Amino acid sequence: MNHIAPGARAGIYHYDAIDRRFVGERVEQFRKQVDRRLAGELTEEEFKPIRLMNGLYLQLHAYMLRIAVPYGVMSAVQLRKLAEIGRTYDKGYGHFTTRQNLQYNWIKLEDTPAILNALADVDMHALQTSGNCVRNVTTDQFVGAAKDEVVDGRVYAEILRQWTTLHPEFTYLPRKFKIAISGAASDRAAVRVHDVGLLARRNEAGEAGFTFYVGGGLGRSPFIGKLVREWVAEEDFVAYLEAILRVYNQYGRRDNIYKARIKILVHELGLEKFKAEVEEEFARLRGPKYRLDPAIVAEIRTHFAPPPFEDLPETSDALARAKAENPAFANWVAVNVAEHKAPGYAIATISLKPPGGIPGDATCDQMDLIADLAERYSFGELRVSHVQNIVLAHVKQDELFALWQQLDAAGLGTANAGLIGDIIACPGLDYCALANARSIPLAQALSARFADPVRQRTIGELGIKISGCINACGHHHVGAIGILGVDKKGTEFYQITVGGDPTLTTAIGDILGPSLTEEETVDAIEAIVEVYLAHRTEGERFLDTLARVGHGPFKERIYAAD
Amino acid sequence: MPSPDGTLHAITANRLRDGVVVFLAAGGAWVESFADAALLTKAEAEPALAAAKAQAEGDQFGVDVYAFEVERADGAAQPVKMRERIRALGPSVRLDLGKQAAA
Ligand code: HEM
Ligand code: SF4
Repeated sequence: MNHIAPGARAGIYHYDAIDRRFVGERVEQFRKQVDRRLAGELTEEEFKPIRLMNGLYLQLHAYMLRIAVPYGVMSAVQLRKLAEIGRTYDKGYGHFTTRQNLQYNWIKLEDTPAILNALADVDMHALQTSGNCVRNVTTDQFVGAAKDEVVDGRVYAEILRQWTTLHPEFTYLPRKFKIAISGAASDRAAVRVHDVGLLARRNEAGEAGFTFYVGGGLGRSPFIGKLVREWVAEEDFVAYLEAILRVYNQYGRRDNIYKARIKILVHELGLEKFKAEVEEEFARLRGPKYRLDPAIVAEIRTHFAPPPFEDLPETSDALARAKAENPAFANWVAVNVAEHKAPGYAIATISLKPPGGIPGDATCDQMDLIADLAERYSFGELRVSHVQNIVLAHVKQDELFALWQQLDAAGLGTANAGLIGDIIACPGLDYCALANARSIPLAQALSARFADPVRQRTIGELGIKISGCINACGHHHVGAIGILGVDKKGTEFYQITVGGDPTLTTAIGDILGPSLTEEETVDAIEAIVEVYLAHRTEGERFLDTLARVGHGPFKERIYAAD
Repeated sequence: MPSPDGTLHAITANRLRDGVVVFLAAGGAWVESFADAALLTKAEAEPALAAAKAQAEGDQFGVDVYAFEVERADGAAQPVKMRERIRALGPSVRLDLGKQAAA
């Protein structure tokens, strides 16, 4: 019956008739609104909030359409549709973002209803990608596959999708609201820089529950999410979240857009007062009527049942042989392949960061190829990571070599996941109407400068993250090296921060010194790397060395020369 | 003619139906190429901007209408700020796209 997932293999939620009807109605509604706007019956002032609610922004060169990829997981069929849309209505490519979404950059208003219609054909839409609502929930890109996973976050992300979509109480929040869920030992979803960050865990009885962090966020005033409750049982999951949203809805600063996020509320109220308010609301809501029914959870879980894995030995001889024969492949496996919970399987990251490339951009031909490969090697399913890469989560170790050969032939075989070349960059001044400076050229210069795979591995784990303005869409605050574009009397300058960390040891980076030109910045980053390599002791990551030696040696090297 | 302070201005918008960057030309037409944009003195720019805004919204033609500074370098006019240069040409990282690609 379902026309999306190839069979029932892919771990993707299947829309029911209600979902499908609702999305269809929204498309028709928007089609009429566009007609009325073009006919002059709606002014721009009236129309703008409507188009934003449908994911349509105005950028520098055209409209931009942001497509929701619920918790970053989609089917090969859906990706192929995205490629088709990019070819028909855009310029043959798309941009995968830190929100695990896809953006098209050259969209025409008059085409948008047709695009939304095409998306609805594959159960996709652009809802909750803009505006002051609960945005598309994000999660670990290895969800349902990672060896270190404790709880499958997709189940709860899907519950939130159903609960928040069209929920009247959450349509006009004081500001946007971003929720991230991680159910693994290592946090790959940057949970503590979200409005609500959830760690899904298990108690001694094996029951699922959640640790709630609230009030994290980046942007103009970065905050690390504060621990609000160590354990919320599964049945209280939605009620507790609703209590938080209610407190926010009631007290959030609607008077000042810069103070409207929940991070400011938590900060201004103080953690203890905020917690007390939430607990009071929760006590009111909680009860037999307001609990997450285990039957519902079980029903949703069936959509994310593991694909039919074969019984395989833990390790693959074919893989070992291929690695021995091909050093480039061996390097890719060492860097881009992660451990899977099923024996004989592996998780492969497809880097969208070739040296000198535009982070997160993929051509429609590449999307088609990835869709084919997902079908051939990963049960027809794939993920978008918040680091702007694509993940095939369930690849047989025996087939990794064949996969890599095809990726490599299409320019998708870059081995840099988690290394210095795996740069996050926002669109910046090349596309974005809010930007102060360009982000992409800097990312290109840096990934080219550090292209050598041996050098990258020598440097080890080091995330560079670049934003073109203080909104911080490129997560620069949590980059081990962060770069923020600023405008100084019409010239683009860049401010370097160091020490940021998006994982559970969350940290906001510190500014290293005065901002620099683009060229100086590239040299400065290289100098930072050299100082690190000169100071590091056995096994130290960049962040460890920085924590041990402090800013001094880095500052001295970059700024002392002047 | 340049104004005494030497600053020239041009007026721009995004076309409503497709978002394409347009510029106000002499005579009041909207054109796609910055080379065809009217260059106005500061004194001329203010009333021209008000009229352009009213017209663009009234005719459902353009959105986000604003004026920006232009300078002359080697005889050719170019926007002072990188933002407007990029709008006039296209993304600096994709020279195959935008107005710069049409040439
Ligand atoms: C037209 C393009 C865009 C616009 C107008 C825009 C606007 C904004 C604004 C105004 C903020 C600050 C929100 C606040 O502090 O309250 C923000 C934050 C953010 N945006 Fe964007 N953005 C754009 C593109 C992107 C892209 C391409 C991505 C993904 C790569 C992205 C992801 C984020 C993230 C992760 C944050 C920071 C997290 C937070 O909300 O605190 N945005 N954006
Ligand atoms: S950080 Fe600024 S420049 Fe970059 S995408 Fe966000 S709003 Fe635009």
